[in-house]
Amino acid sequence: MINIGLGHYLTLGAIIFTIGVIGIFLNRKNIIVILMSIELILLAVNINLVAFSIYLNDLSGQVFTLFILTVAAAEAAIGLAIIVVYFRNSGTIRVEEINKLKG
Amino acid sequence: MIAHAIFFYIFSTIAIISAIMVTVSKNTVHSVFFLILDFISISCLFIMIGAEFLGMIMLIVYVGAVAVLFLFVVMMLNVAQQKNQWFSSANNSKHIPIGLIISTIIFFELIIVIGGWKYKPELFNNLNVSTNNGISNTHSLGQILYTDYIHIFQISGMILLIAMIGAIVLTFRQRSGVKKQSYFKQISRERSEGVEIKNVETNKGVKIDD
Repeated sequence: MINIGLGHYLTLGAIIFTIGVIGIFLNRKNIIVILMSIELILLAVNINLVAFSIYLNDLSGQVFTLFILTVAAAEAAIGLAIIVVYFRNSGTIRVEEINKLKG
Repeated sequence: MIAHAIFFYIFSTIAIISAIMVTVSKNTVHSVFFLILDFISISCLFIMIGAEFLGMIMLIVYVGAVAVLFLFVVMMLNVAQQKNQWFSSANNSKHIPIGLIISTIIFFELIIVIGGWKYKPELFNNLNVSTNNGISNTHSLGQILYTDYIHIFQISGMILLIAMIGAIVLTFRQRSGVKKQSYFKQISRERSEGVEIKNVETNKGVKIDD
């Protein structure tokens, strides 16, 4: 309990990952919150990579965290651009009303 | 060790609570603020564990760029009037139990995986937070980032470039009815289409607009 080890960080990553997944599944508000949940999931992955990198004394995990950060920034930019275009075309970004693909 | 534990619990509690608030908050702007709080506490954890370069980079990239981008889009799209709907309306809420079941299954799978790591004691024999024998974390990261991982580094730069071009192309809009200057048309004008020579008869004058 007092000795903070690898398991504590991995558990924190698991909890945040699960919160992100719950946010994707249960959200019916707008797509922006879903994008934020994806950011939470990537953050949980980053926590796992950094914790392993520190505790196994190997710097590759931190390098790959850097690349995941890059991909997350690119994904956020593209996703928000798509949301802006969709809002301009259809006037809503509520999840319930986006049913053009009839999925 | 005691201080490490206390700070770990403080920051992780803040991170978990703010992650929950990102998900359940009714106002989207509040969600963005809680996302910022989450990033800040996680980067404090990174700095505490010894990955200070990544902590600072996360502060710069996430809080400085991504969260502000989210804020801009939320304020541009004017979604503030939708803050009264919480998760779902009552008529089609059959996805909620399925989502909860899948999320709990994922969580327990992750916990089982972590427990499996705990039962491999030989991995944890030489586990100690390293002091990196005199070199700072940023120094050692730079030493391998520009040598061993140079190709992946360049590819990530290409990813950023493509993302920038894609965002510009997606949101670019050609407005109709706006007068613009066309340099090519101006420069390529010839004398034959600009000037016309007319014979003016005496006492009659010339009509200009015909």
